[in-house]
Amino acid sequence: MTSSVATTSFYIKLPLMNFYGWATLRIERGAKEKNHLLMPLWAAPAIIAREPTSLEEEIKEIRRSGSNKDLDAAPEFEMSDIFYFARRGVESIMDDEVTKRFSAEELESWNLLTRSNYNFHYISLRLTVLWGLGLLIRYGFLLPLRVTLAFTGVGLLVFLTSVVGLLPNGRMKNFLSEKVHLMCYRICVRALTAIITYHDSENKPKNGGICVANHTSPIDVIILASDGCYAMVGQIHGGLMGVIQRSMVKACPHVWFERSEVKDRHLVAKRLSDHVEDKSKLPILIFPEGTCINNTSVMMFKKGSFEIGATVYPVAIKYDPRFGDAFWNSSKFGMVNYLLRMMSSWAIVCSVWYLPPMSREEGEDAVQFANRVKAAIARQGGLVDLLWDGGLKRGKVKDTFKEEQQKLYSKMLVGTQEDRSRS
Amino acid sequence: MGSRASTLLREEEIEEIKKETGFSHSQITRLYSRFTSLDKGENGTLSREDFQRIPELAINPLGDRIINAFFPEGEDQVNFRGFMRTLAHFRPIEDNEKSKNPTASEPLNSRTNKLLFAFRLYDLDRDDKISRDELLQVLRMMVGVNISDEQLGSIADRTIQEADTNGDNSISFNEFIKVLEKVDVEQKMSIRFLH
Repeated sequence: MTSSVATTSFYIKLPLMNFYGWATLRIERGAKEKNHLLMPLWAAPAIIAREPTSLEEEIKEIRRSGSNKDLDAAPEFEMSDIFYFARRGVESIMDDEVTKRFSAEELESWNLLTRSNYNFHYISLRLTVLWGLGLLIRYGFLLPLRVTLAFTGVGLLVFLTSVVGLLPNGRMKNFLSEKVHLMCYRICVRALTAIITYHDSENKPKNGGICVANHTSPIDVIILASDGCYAMVGQIHGGLMGVIQRSMVKACPHVWFERSEVKDRHLVAKRLSDHVEDKSKLPILIFPEGTCINNTSVMMFKKGSFEIGATVYPVAIKYDPRFGDAFWNSSKFGMVNYLLRMMSSWAIVCSVWYLPPMSREEGEDAVQFANRVKAAIARQGGLVDLLWDGGLKRGKVKDTFKEEQQKLYSKMLVGTQEDRSRS
Repeated sequence: MGSRASTLLREEEIEEIKKETGFSHSQITRLYSRFTSLDKGENGTLSREDFQRIPELAINPLGDRIINAFFPEGEDQVNFRGFMRTLAHFRPIEDNEKSKNPTASEPLNSRTNKLLFAFRLYDLDRDDKISRDELLQVLRMMVGVNISDEQLGSIADRTIQEADTNGDNSISFNEFIKVLEKVDVEQKMSIRFLH
């Protein structure tokens, strides 16, 4: 199995990479001939330089340059204070850390998928032919093959887990359940032509622990579950998803919630901690970001899973976007559309790192623990570590952040209560 | 795919924007990329909601005023030219520009124009005067609920007293310039570009 994976990756990677480089050159040449502007194909580095100075420092500096007064004597309002807010505001208009995380990463060279290229109409005849050939191979050959495999994998999963579910609870059942789950997930991995490299497998999650990973796509689950057995956590769905969920739980205990139960945080926490206390049950798999991010950064981890007190096994997943962008932009594409796109890409290439287990330390609260784990995952995967909430993809930012800034600024104007009582 | 093609920038447009704003070719293309990524409706213009979607701008106490600066009187949409014209105020002043032809029209990023941008953040009704009420409004936006009306009122009064030279109890643009004559406006109202 491993040698065939190695050869497949060699054959896929080498010629494709050459094509990509050549394709990009042709586009650039074509655009120059027609004297048009190219949308930057390369992952653009930051447009502007942003200094990480604080509100207080900056406003003091502005005031210092403008007057000869002793600043510490009379902290007051100056009309130039507005410069700080104006500049920060315009800086965030030119470039901000958050909005770019919710759309697919920009690529250096074109990978012959029109969805990742906006300069499509500048290509030459030769390139169009190649692209057409690629289209034929992908949709005519790869896609049907993969869809068949996917149906087989899912079908087997549902059928075999139901069969295993008929057995009495015991070692035999657990053993078979494991085998069944692994086999079916591996078929699904084939269905996506996912080429996965697992690192540091000695740190693989153990029973009674919680596995946390960064979230880019629903495929993350398949990737992790084909290399180890986990108890899944999630909401019970209707339709095909629901059928799969209900049969899976017959073979081994997963943690599925009804829609109404999801809101009740205490109930969720209780069921999760009951599960981890039972050492015979598999480790729980959770994605604390709560939503799919585009794999260039890790956003705020919801603290729920970190309050339970179990050992946390962090896992970092990094996709290589050159072969197919795995990011699921759920506000733009539905699940079926997304899966079709995945199965008609060249391949999904990714790396998985199993990081050493972490526990909450003395004096550390759940939020700090969550941030510590997040930083470790970001560092390993080469992702940007952000404090912003992934929920900003759809929702508005909380007013508390604005209120914090207002409080800071007010302090500069009138000082704190202690200062006033002293004078 | 077709709609994107029609909104791609032409070389002539880039030249015009270059002349008007002083941005370089690469800066214009990068900012165009940014403009299109903010343009969720993909219609070539930005609305106020498009700006408010930027979390860092939404938490800026003066966020709404800054967004307002992009929209000319009475309009709800801003195109790329307008976008660039406003951003040009924050371009750093280069040395070679200072010695330019004095009869040529003032560049958008001159000291005076930077000060005018800041002045307009205060002067909501665009009557070229910052009244006590307008000053109070901006102060209230910056401090939130943390300072009482009285204290804020006295701060506003003190500020107007110091700046007002012709006794009309409001601050004109010239008085504004005078108050800030020692402040390093060129540096504080400029954004450093990496290319």
